[in-house]
Amino acid sequence: MTVMSRVVELRAMQYRRTFRASLFSSFLNPVLFLLAMGVGLGTYVDRSGSATQALGGLSYLQFLAPGLLAATAMQAAAFESTFPIMAGLTWQKVFHAMYATPIGPRDIVLGNLAWIALRLTMIAAIFTIVMTLFGAAASPLILLAIPAAVLTGMAFATPIAAFSATQRTPEKFNAVFRFGITPLFLFSGTFFPISNLPAAIQPIAWFSPLWHGVELSRALALGTIGANPLLAIVHVVVLAAIAIGGAAWAFRTVERRLVRG
Amino acid sequence: MPDLPPPPDAALIRARGLTKRFGSFTAVDAIDFDVAHGESFGFLGPNGAGKTSTMRMIGAVSPRSDGELSVLGLDPELAGPSIRARLGVAPQQDTLDTELTVRENLVIYGRYFGLSRAECGRRADALLEFAQLTERAGDPVEPLSGGMKRRLTIARALINEPDLLLLDEPTTGLDPQARHLLWDRLYRLKQRGVTLVLTTHYMDEAEQLCDRLVVMDKARIVAEGSPRELIERYSTREVAELRFPAGIQDSLDGQLDGLAERVELLPDRVLLYADDGEAAAVAVHQRGLRPETVLVRRSSLEDVFLRLTGRSLIE
Repeated sequence: MTVMSRVVELRAMQYRRTFRASLFSSFLNPVLFLLAMGVGLGTYVDRSGSATQALGGLSYLQFLAPGLLAATAMQAAAFESTFPIMAGLTWQKVFHAMYATPIGPRDIVLGNLAWIALRLTMIAAIFTIVMTLFGAAASPLILLAIPAAVLTGMAFATPIAAFSATQRTPEKFNAVFRFGITPLFLFSGTFFPISNLPAAIQPIAWFSPLWHGVELSRALALGTIGANPLLAIVHVVVLAAIAIGGAAWAFRTVERRLVRG
Repeated sequence: MPDLPPPPDAALIRARGLTKRFGSFTAVDAIDFDVAHGESFGFLGPNGAGKTSTMRMIGAVSPRSDGELSVLGLDPELAGPSIRARLGVAPQQDTLDTELTVRENLVIYGRYFGLSRAECGRRADALLEFAQLTERAGDPVEPLSGGMKRRLTIARALINEPDLLLLDEPTTGLDPQARHLLWDRLYRLKQRGVTLVLTTHYMDEAEQLCDRLVVMDKARIVAEGSPRELIERYSTREVAELRFPAGIQDSLDGQLDGLAERVELLPDRVLLYADDGEAAAVAVHQRGLRPETVLVRRSSLEDVFLRLTGRSLIE
């Protein structure tokens, strides 16, 4: 635990250079998205009777915001678990330098994951404040949407970090974003309910970790979680299982890279 | 876990039959060596001889495939973190953090060893002084010259006041001035009693810094001794280097026989090994041969390597 915290300390030291710009964009991003999609597009959506019905009587902004919270956590997690991992293992090789000290491969993995979780907490907290300012929070349970978003992000961060440790060039990262993150972002119930997808495709959405995250955050932000607590537990279990499995995989891939040199 | 320092006369590193394999490739093939406390020990050999693989096993970051290895009296396989806590490692490639300043690189490295922030700061300032980088303390790492980065890497390796300093190719890629400055710093460490283990493919570096060295070639140790001993054992006191006009060298065969203890024909020059190089050069002229240039010099480890392997160190 204490050994791993030194890895977090390094990441925080690196972050100090850019934290102002980073916090500002964590704030600006939800403002822009909620303005354009929630308010701008939402005005049209809310005028359509069929849409309001599909959204279960919610305004589009209320529907969109918690989904976007989970999706933002996913995107930030994917970024944080690709390039910084490659920098540490291949570019600057800072993780190799760490491994020459009492810090071991597992500490390096855990420390980096803890740092990613901290970053996601910052991003999700700022997002939640913006959501509340936009009037998109319907329940005080929205506070729990922060850990839900972090858990969603970690379900992406751990397997992607494990994959990043197997790569020596960033070329395949584009594929991760293009064929993984972007389609999930668009088709996991963030922007429209998956019941609007063709019936044959709908079950595929259940396999999307983001869908579980979106559903969970939405149920918390809207205070509807009590309606189906069992489903919420399923979401948490699925996300936690992926996050833990990914971390176990990352232990292996990072250790292999460090030992090989 | 036993973590007591070994008695002063015991070997800091002891390897027997030490082997490293990567799949079917054998990088280190059953080597034996000992490094004593306070000694400056070198692995000399060309690229690919297995020096870095050996260093990584000593550094407790790469498990051995076979044989015995003890570092600071501990088994790297069982006590990796305890060993690494007492080592200083300067890898071949600088692994500095370009997102941090020069001083921050030292401070955070001290933190990895669990030192307090205040202690890290004190040691960082002293090490910046030692590495002659005090003026660059607040600068980012990237614009530093190769020599400065190397000095910073070595300073970083000293932050935990290690019992054993591992230097992998410490001056490769540096210009002569930067090399001499670095050698001077390493020599000071040696005088303070720090045990140094280094790899190099520069014979002058090995001669400057090593009390004792092993010559490695193709994953094996081919000779061991002090630079002086090795030269005495495997070479003559002096060497006369002859360069002939293009085409002449190939037609020399036999004409140089008997002029020196040993004659070595290299693609671009002829080496005459003799205790009196000047006399050998004179004898060449007496036979009516006219080399374009003649250089008489003392034997070096380069000659030892050529003798042992039939090849030059740097090709």
